[in-house]
Amino acid sequence: MQHLSIFPILIPLLFGAIMLLPPISRDISSQRISSIVGTLFLLASSAVLLFKVDNEGVQLYALGGWQAPFGIALVADRISSLLVLLTSFLAFAVMLYSISGKDKGGAYFHPLFMFQIMGINGAFLTGDIFNLFVFFEVLLIASYALLIHAGGKQKTQAAMHYVILNLVGSSLFLFGLGILYGTLGTLNMADMAIKVGQLEGETATLAKTGALLLLVVFGLKAAMLPMHFWLPKTYASASAPVAALFAIMTKVGIYSIFRVYTVIFGEHAGELANIATPWLWPLALLTILIGSIGVFASPNIRTMSANLVIVSSGSLLACAAINSEAATSAAFYYMVHSTLASAGLFLLADVMARQRGKAEDRFVHSRLFVQPRLLGVAFAISALALIGMPPLSGFVGKIMILQATQSTAQTMWVWPLILIGSLAALVTFSRAGTTLFWRHNGSASSDAEPAKANEIVGIGLLLLASPILVLFGGEISEFTQQAAHYLHDIQSSAYDLLPGVTQ
Amino acid sequence: MEGLYAFCVGLLTACGIFLTLRGRSFSVVMGLTLLSYAVNLFLFASGRLKLNAAAVLGQSEQYSDPLPQALVLTAIVIGFAMTAFAVILAMRARADLGNDHVDGVLPAQPGDPTYKSGGHH
Repeated sequence: MQHLSIFPILIPLLFGAIMLLPPISRDISSQRISSIVGTLFLLASSAVLLFKVDNEGVQLYALGGWQAPFGIALVADRISSLLVLLTSFLAFAVMLYSISGKDKGGAYFHPLFMFQIMGINGAFLTGDIFNLFVFFEVLLIASYALLIHAGGKQKTQAAMHYVILNLVGSSLFLFGLGILYGTLGTLNMADMAIKVGQLEGETATLAKTGALLLLVVFGLKAAMLPMHFWLPKTYASASAPVAALFAIMTKVGIYSIFRVYTVIFGEHAGELANIATPWLWPLALLTILIGSIGVFASPNIRTMSANLVIVSSGSLLACAAINSEAATSAAFYYMVHSTLASAGLFLLADVMARQRGKAEDRFVHSRLFVQPRLLGVAFAISALALIGMPPLSGFVGKIMILQATQSTAQTMWVWPLILIGSLAALVTFSRAGTTLFWRHNGSASSDAEPAKANEIVGIGLLLLASPILVLFGGEISEFTQQAAHYLHDIQSSAYDLLPGVTQ
Repeated sequence: MEGLYAFCVGLLTACGIFLTLRGRSFSVVMGLTLLSYAVNLFLFASGRLKLNAAAVLGQSEQYSDPLPQALVLTAIVIGFAMTAFAVILAMRARADLGNDHVDGVLPAQPGDPTYKSGGHH
């Protein structure tokens, strides 16, 4: 079916719009049903899209029939369809978790959730850099409203910082785009990749300014070092399903870095070849370091998982800095793992906080859990996955990253920092686990609510993904290798997407 | 003309950045507005500045690039919506937190170390 590539954008748009209309908008239970149906449809269509891309190759969709480079094109290749499937799966699991009461804190949770999914999927699928900006804005404005869902002083405070920073980021994005359009005369990413090699002298310097401005913007989204300060507070104060959904937001920034600095400003860019690499190296390594320090210093589970998101961002940026096929392949495997594992931990932290009364999820002595065995097993699985211990997917992902380093200098910098990050997670998880599960006083609180069946299924789906990523590790890593090969090959990722242009 | 235009964009950007770095939400919102004006003018200029050039073929001897004009329209709409959201959020923060500082807490004043929140005096 030729329109399959646009379904991951249209389905959430349609369901989100329907839920704003009267019969459904007044009734929370029909909103919940349509959200579940919508995310299931989304999951099915993303899986079919991935299957089709894997069998038949890249799906190019010219919106309105206007051919690239003049119209906007959606490009469903292996990487974008994999990440769209990841988003859809995450959306389904998180929605399953939130339908038993977490969605009631404020109006319009369900439509906003759908619009956020639409923005994320659009950002993954688009082949036009201005369209990427538009989808960034769609996902951002939905995330602004979702962040203050259920209200409270902390959320307002965090939202102020988040909104202002991202508005400045959007302005920088447009400045960067203006410079690139002024020098290259095109906004289609494949066309830019071809034209950028011809730039020389002053024009090349100007284009470099634009490209590095974009790096600042993507770095802000991805929580790269000097721009990561907003993340811990934002993620820790957002309500659980929102924080779990936000786990994929930093990955949108990382994906854009891979897309722009591998395809457009990659090895074939003439004077501008690999311009991001000298910046990415120190910033990626320092991001891992500052994230690890944050993990050590975290007073509760939510802040800890937010800092673990920073560590994983740093690891992924290090892969972007290594800039080889093996590193890109490792990055996409690790991205799938870390998104699902950290989303699972955000949801789990919420369940645990509800059973501990005033202590919430802080690492202090408190009452016994109502369901200690269930929560203990779930906590252990998510700890093993996020620390990167065998036999779960974090281990495989980190091994792939470590193996991707090429020279001795790279190994000397990347290995210790990734391992220090794991050590920080190990120490903090052990400290958290012993305090939360073993050092309790008295019996379980009488007003604590046990986790409901749908919440357990939602968290279970996210945590189960980790062993599945190991069981099918061979197939998945082969898939990510093909995806990385595609991305590094200018012929397939640029020339083949433009009809009538040859190298 | 180009020089004057570039000077205006630069001045707007400089004022915008200065204002967004201030501590009160009102000046930050003003700064964001100035930045978005600067961005709109800048995007418009990315198709080069030309006199007597319509964006339609056959209307004049030389023609100008229509794409930046479309981009500016998109940017204006998005910027307008975002500014509206930022204003509402700033008002909400003023109500929730009792002051209009972007951190939600007023910095301690020099001779008054206990002075913390603007809402309680």
